[in-house]
Amino acid sequence: MNLRRDVFQAIADPTRRAILLLVAAQAMTAGAIASHFDTARPTVSKHLQILTECELLKQEQSGREIHYHINAKKMKEVAEFIEPFRKMWDDRFNLLETVMKNYKNK
Amino acid sequence: MELKTKIKAEEGKQDLVITREFDLPLELLFKAFTEPEIIEQWMGTKVLKLESKKHGSWQFETSDAKGNVVFKANGTIHEFIPNQKITRTFEMENAPFGVQLELHEFEKLTDDTSKLTIHSIYESGMLRDQMLKLPFTRGINMAHNRLQDIATKLR
Repeated sequence: MNLRRDVFQAIADPTRRAILLLVAAQAMTAGAIASHFDTARPTVSKHLQILTECELLKQEQSGREIHYHINAKKMKEVAEFIEPFRKMWDDRFNLLETVMKNYKNK
Repeated sequence: MELKTKIKAEEGKQDLVITREFDLPLELLFKAFTEPEIIEQWMGTKVLKLESKKHGSWQFETSDAKGNVVFKANGTIHEFIPNQKITRTFEMENAPFGVQLELHEFEKLTDDTSKLTIHSIYESGMLRDQMLKLPFTRGINMAHNRLQDIATKLR
């Protein structure tokens, strides 16, 4: 299994990215995370499961509750770390170029 | 394929520099940063507000397919010199990354080519690195596919 590719698939989904952002700010329970989305709770659970499976999130038991944390080590691996950032801007700028060439030809 | 976009982010520093040369005349490149409907196309975000002038402000918002807002950012424009420079602040809402100062410089290379340099300064080196580690936060651009769709339609 190509884990690295899985990680990128995991972050390709906008809801999962939004979850990572939320949890990056502070560790949260599944319920607290779900309360930020209109999406059905089971859907959010599924997203949490995927993020946990590819180790972007870690679960930590705290009393009776389970909190989700960002797995900083894995996030670093995802990043490795400037390349995805560079790729994102490059894609965006390629699109900009295409959009403007089209604009010019109108 | 080699990427045309270069990024310089030195270790221990709190800034980074993005550079890119475009196969576009300077005026067209600049327009891509000032017209809301054009920004929406290449940034994959909704432009709620954009006042392209000194003391102006801007607000972007991105929703997922179901309409949940997944990204919100805003800032103010400190300097606006047509075809030359845009200095603005950038702050992502509900995120722990603080505010950044962004200096966009536009240069003419030839009649048909131009260069963009974005210098982003973060509140700290740690915040810069955190943001780089979440590359998709910078705009939470809609899934890649959507961008591809638009690009294909335009071709």
